Amino acid sequence: MSELIMSTGNKAVAAAVKMAKPLVVAAYPITPQTEIIESIADYVEAGDLKARYIPVESEHSAMTACIGASITGVRVFTATSSHGLLYMHEMLHWAAGARLPIVMGQVNRTLAPGWNIWAEHTDALSQRDTGWLQVYVSTVQEAYDATLMAFRIAEDNRVLLPVMINMDGFLLSHIMQPFEMTEPGDFIPPLDLPHKIDVNDPKGYGAMSPANVHYQFRFDMEKSMRASRTVINETEAEFAKRFGRSYAPVEEYFCDDADVIIVAMGTLGKEAEVAADLLRKEGIKAGVMRIRWLRPFPLDMNIKGKDLVVIDRDCSFGFGGVVAGEIQARYPDAKIASVIAGLGGQEVTYEDMAEFVRSRKMGTEFWFGIPQEEQ
Amino acid sequence: MTEIPKEEMLLKCPSTCAGCGSLLALRYILKAAGKDTVLVIPACCNSVIQGVYPYMLHTVPVYNIAFAAAAACASGMSEALRAKGEKTNVIVYAGDGGTADIGIQALSGALERGEDFLYICYDNEAYGNTGMQRSGATPLGAITTTTPNGKTVNKKDLDRIVEAHNLPYQATACSSYPADIYNKVKKALSIPGPKFIHILAPCPPGWRIPSEKTVEIGKMAVKSGIWVLWEKEYDKFTVSAPSRAAMKRPVPVGEYLKAQGRFRKVDEKTAAVIQANVDKNLKKIALEAAQSEETE
Ligand SMILES: Cc1ncc(C[n+]2csc(CCOP(=O)(O)OP(=O)(O)O)c2C)c(N)n1
Ligand code: SF4
Ligand SMILES: [Mg+2]
Repeated sequence: MSELIMSTGNKAVAAAVKMAKPLVVAAYPITPQTEIIESIADYVEAGDLKARYIPVESEHSAMTACIGASITGVRVFTATSSHGLLYMHEMLHWAAGARLPIVMGQVNRTLAPGWNIWAEHTDALSQRDTGWLQVYVSTVQEAYDATLMAFRIAEDNRVLLPVMINMDGFLLSHIMQPFEMTEPGDFIPPLDLPHKIDVNDPKGYGAMSPANVHYQFRFDMEKSMRASRTVINETEAEFAKRFGRSYAPVEEYFCDDADVIIVAMGTLGKEAEVAADLLRKEGIKAGVMRIRWLRPFPLDMNIKGKDLVVIDRDCSFGFGGVVAGEIQARYPDAKIASVIAGLGGQEVTYEDMAEFVRSRKMGTEFWFGIPQEEQ
Repeated sequence: MTEIPKEEMLLKCPSTCAGCGSLLALRYILKAAGKDTVLVIPACCNSVIQGVYPYMLHTVPVYNIAFAAAAACASGMSEALRAKGEKTNVIVYAGDGGTADIGIQALSGALERGEDFLYICYDNEAYGNTGMQRSGATPLGAITTTTPNGKTVNKKDLDRIVEAHNLPYQATACSSYPADIYNKVKKALSIPGPKFIHILAPCPPGWRIPSEKTVEIGKMAVKSGIWVLWEKEYDKFTVSAPSRAAMKRPVPVGEYLKAQGRFRKVDEKTAAVIQANVDKNLKKIALEAAQSEETE
């Protein structure tokens, strides 16, 4: 039996990394992620994790050192947040394009200016076209489980793309919850990177690739992204079978008979369940869909005929809520009331969410906290 | 005696830890720089201690910018101001991480291009803002949250790296010697082109010292010779008065180490290496000073 312990989201991610046994960790501090890499540095110094810890001088170098390590065929991990993620941006493309199964803990935090360390999803969403898989978690247990699964999914030869585990800054990274520190056993098979550097089989990596081949490499990435849907489903099913905790790419809460569904990611998506309970008591048939995997994007959301209140803790300026927009693009018939809420750590309670539902105006965008006449 | 203006350029509302060496230094930097000054601050403790919007600590404009980017921002700002015919001082105030680690590329570029600005690095020898992780400027043996058993490699010699850019003015300083800081900033700002001042800034929580010991510990650093105050104006290299006195009979560095919790895990062997490094550096500096005098 696994032990139940109290832990922050950060420490749970670090614990999962210890279980997954990467050989190289290269990382750079940034609030609110730092606890992850400090915990890993402690494991390494204490000999509990036999990894090389590279305390690089920037996130650009953190991701690049991960790339250099990963192409030798070893398991690697890093963690970052917000500006750190943005400073990696160029190398995120390099990592995915090189088909490296790097796993990264990503703590969602607002972007400056003005400096702000609280939760927001714009950091990760602005990296959604880099070729990384993105999962958003909502509890400490889920942070732990998703990190374990991330290694298996990334390293699956049908995927070979990097995975980013997103967790809300402070709301999850620093919140203590009990979780089961499951020993994964052989759940994560040994990594066998087919294109690893091998002096006995010398290959060139990332050389000039002209217009008549480049798109083929890119289609290959797209194919793997599509295949990752299957791999995610298989992995989550296998995880449930072995350890008894089940997850789906989109977690549903009382959606079957719902007239209106709150759609959100991360902790908001969990808190929305309380809002749904509240609404149901008032006679409003509400449900919740919590999108966990944003990349690959879920293509089988059961939303036909239902009102969606999509809460975006992000904004694409001049466009609107990113998640609302993506749903609309993939489900042209979707009826959406878009809400931009929680930017920069703005508090959003379940009461607020219930009110978004009650006062929804379909087909509009509403900025929480901004007076009606300015909307 | 240096006449330091009584007028304070910082309001009495900083949110630093008690005994913050970086704030003490900044107080005298701004007295020297005066009102016609813009501060450029990358991510560091000084981006936090300014207070929360809409309030501010400083009485000069402060431009906050990304962690790696201070020297590039100052380059653009200085070029634009000069293009408009304005003499406003552009001063970067950055930590050791923002200078020696993530920001070193932008710094090197700006120095090489000869931008007209003053770059001041306050060195608390770790990443204070994020809770004391190691930086390239963390000294050998120091405990940080990413070096829980003490750092196993040496402090990066930032000054030699900067020196390789042949600046018109470069200096070191320490929060414990405010008059020295004041004079050096004044002199730096009187010279066109890129200037660099590296200030050792004791940090009570990071160095694990009582908050009233900031000044004392900084003085111990200078008296032991682990930190040397000097300045270099074009090719003229001079050891500053407090270090000139200290170099005659340096105090063993062990006392400096023992006074700080961050060196708690330094064993005799490492202490000897640290002492040997200090001795070697002092010799190099004495030689450089002597050579500079000869060529006068
Ligand atoms: C790209 C990026 N990476 C990481 C951070 C997080 N961060 C902010 S300040 C800081 C450390 C600053 O250290 P230093 O420059 O020595 O200044 P100090 O905090 O010690 O004053 C870090 C890691 C950030 N803001 N941006
Ligand atoms: S951590 Fe150190 S440098 Fe930062 S505010 Fe506190 S005393 Fe000053
Ligand atoms: Mg510092």
